[in-house]
Amino acid sequence: MTASATADRTRAQGPSSRSPALTTFTDALHAEWTKLRTVAGTAWLLAAAVVLTVGLSAASAAEVTCDGPHCGEDPGKVGLLGVLLGQAVVAVLAVLAVGEEYGSGMIRVTFAAMPRREAVLAAKALVVAVLTGAAGVLAVAGSAVVALALMPGRGFTPANGYGPATSTAGASHLITAATTRAAFGSVLYLILVALLAVGVTALLRDSASAVGAVLGLLYLFPIVALVISNPDWHRHAEQLAPMQAGLSIQNTIDLAHQPLSPWQGIGVLAAWAFGALAVGGIVMRARDA
Amino acid sequence: MPATRDGFGQLLHAEWTKLRTVRGWTIGLLVAVFLTIGIGLLGPAGSQSSCSHADGSSGSCTAQSPPKRADGLEVTDEKTFVHRTLSGDGSITARLTALSGVYPAGGGSPDGDQGLVPGLLPWSKAGVLVKDGTAAGSAYAAVLATGTHGVRMQYDYTGDLAGLPGTVGAAAPRWLRLTREGDVLTGYDSADGSTWARIGSTRLSGLPRDLEVGVFATSPDYAVIKNSFGGSSVNTGPSLATGTFDRVTVSGQSPGAWTVPAEGPGAPGGPGGPANAPGPRSGPGNGTGPGSDKPGSHPGAVATGADAFIVTGSGDIAPASAGVGSGKTVESALAGTFAGLIAVIVVAALTMTSEYRRGLIRTSLAASPRRGRLLAAKAVVLGGTAFVVGLIAAAAAVPAVTAVEHSKGMYVFHASTQDEIRMVVGTAALLAVAAVLALGVATIVRRGAAAVAAVIVVIVVPYVLATASVLPAGAAEWLTRVTPAAAFAVQQTSKPWAQVVAVYTPSNGYYPLSPWLGLAVLALYAAGAYALAHRLLKRRDA
Repeated sequence: MTASATADRTRAQGPSSRSPALTTFTDALHAEWTKLRTVAGTAWLLAAAVVLTVGLSAASAAEVTCDGPHCGEDPGKVGLLGVLLGQAVVAVLAVLAVGEEYGSGMIRVTFAAMPRREAVLAAKALVVAVLTGAAGVLAVAGSAVVALALMPGRGFTPANGYGPATSTAGASHLITAATTRAAFGSVLYLILVALLAVGVTALLRDSASAVGAVLGLLYLFPIVALVISNPDWHRHAEQLAPMQAGLSIQNTIDLAHQPLSPWQGIGVLAAWAFGALAVGGIVMRARDA
Repeated sequence: MPATRDGFGQLLHAEWTKLRTVRGWTIGLLVAVFLTIGIGLLGPAGSQSSCSHADGSSGSCTAQSPPKRADGLEVTDEKTFVHRTLSGDGSITARLTALSGVYPAGGGSPDGDQGLVPGLLPWSKAGVLVKDGTAAGSAYAAVLATGTHGVRMQYDYTGDLAGLPGTVGAAAPRWLRLTREGDVLTGYDSADGSTWARIGSTRLSGLPRDLEVGVFATSPDYAVIKNSFGGSSVNTGPSLATGTFDRVTVSGQSPGAWTVPAEGPGAPGGPGGPANAPGPRSGPGNGTGPGSDKPGSHPGAVATGADAFIVTGSGDIAPASAGVGSGKTVESALAGTFAGLIAVIVVAALTMTSEYRRGLIRTSLAASPRRGRLLAAKAVVLGGTAFVVGLIAAAAAVPAVTAVEHSKGMYVFHASTQDEIRMVVGTAALLAVAAVLALGVATIVRRGAAAVAAVIVVIVVPYVLATASVLPAGAAEWLTRVTPAAAFAVQQTSKPWAQVVAVYTPSNGYYPLSPWLGLAVLALYAAGAYALAHRLLKRRDA
């Protein structure tokens, strides 16, 4: 399919004035987009990511109460908790985009049509990132709408120290620079998790093992951190953990006492994601398909 | 028909051969063992210099070992005790006319309210006490009035029987009595001093002839709990209870005079330090006492007559709750179970989905046309293998991690051998049942990645949400009750005590369900997935 699609495009476009490398990458993008778009699972997974994220965020916003001033509840974390669950679906989507080609042997056709393997990986990463971003925007926007509707009634009021005390009625006092950053950052977080999953799958070449590895990387650090009692090591574990560091982007209160600042935290996750992509790309180049 | 029986045996052999000969799966199962042990060892490795004491001193790492009962159970044994010696049989009777107290409303947190406010905690207590000497951890029995739980008879730290309900006041004094006959101690209470009701009795074996008897008061630390990402933080601060006693009489051979501990100038807590030095999870709270030296807010006692005392105390006579203090629980050695679990889930799912991917399933089904038997054989082989993997990993991790913790001078909370065996065997069973669940889900969805993700999401994510997220304790308990994460209750050795207020949440290692019931929840999910897989495998084209 890829080969014929590429051939069609080349014939239709005819001789191009653009450099061959650029044409190749655009074709790779187009091929990857067609493949991911036409697989039945993609739409379901994107829908599941949105539904699960909004569902858990809504449950959290309905369940957590702030019982007074300085209650310590972070509106960013409470209202966007669903990202913790949605990331698992996003990871599956990203893993399947790479891993299924290895599973079916399709990857040999892809590499035959596109000998520059790192371009294939980059194209896959870009397509997955765009789709994840789209689903992420929907998921985070849905979570935010539910959170803004529920949380002022659960004690997240200006009187308890949320937002400027002078703000008018409604939930607008919860829309601050910090919570806006938390919302956009959560979309970015989901995209980076997807890129991490693409990189890990390129490395492992098997969907099931890659899902296990990615979800293990994300969910095991907080569990391990629980049994580390030394405060310094505990802090380091939280700073290194892709999930906990990345979700620092959702911190909106008490920033001085967090192990990482929001942007440092998302930077740690970005280092994991692009590190995995780089290693995956190098290994993919060097190894048999 | 013998042929059929042979058939299942051959099927088992075939499945075992498939599992054994795929190199990636063998590696996966070995990874499960090594991750379980390795991550368990990270806990004590990451706790090397955890020796900051509550009093601010640091330096030499000596294990902060709490006092222990004769059988090794960790206890708290701090109180103010006005006592004298009783030789042989006899009894002590006292009238408690008032019970009051103060507690730090902010939990003693640095940013909270530091002041002590008047009020009793639910388990502030004062009453009569018969004890085998004054050493911490020795056997005792007591009849006491509490803040909100009425009169109780408590004995040997864990025993707790209810007496008269209601609170103590000038209009409603409480008469309390303990009698000793050999090793048997019997508690009575009365509202008027003439009509006595027996609360209960206990046998404390091996009591010496001479015991200390008298009146006491004590009041546990007051804790303010906050949930935050990464666990709950607890600020604790000592509280005080003051009991006003009169008509204190001792019958029997009781030479000597009353020993009345003087009011000390120090902060409540006594020379033993705060009863519960908060652990790393407790965040900013460091358990130091309130700095103010208000008059009358010290532990100690004064005699206000020949048979009357006002006793002020701080602390508790109760079992120490594990998981909150500075010690380690045995089950923390098994933190790596989650990593091993993920590896087992991947292998279990792959044993089925790889058959679909390679088309091998058609060969397998041609060789075994009764499809249910194929699934059963896979489940038996996988479950058995996962059980062995879990048993090896847990049986190695527990002694290894405990040994490292001991060598680093950390205190490991006592667990009975029976509990340790249950924890290890339960972990093996958890992996076995999870493997069957993964096999069932993999047969239903026929896609490795989706099956692995689904099983991880239903087992591990609820645990992460319950222990390391913003969700309040109620939601965390609900999650560890109805989701497959309930199965981790099988690793719990620390016991919640009704007479001790502590943070009994999943993040501190306390699960709402009993160990085997929790495992049964996971088994129920596995059985449901297996039944559906069985049905679909029979009906669907391969």
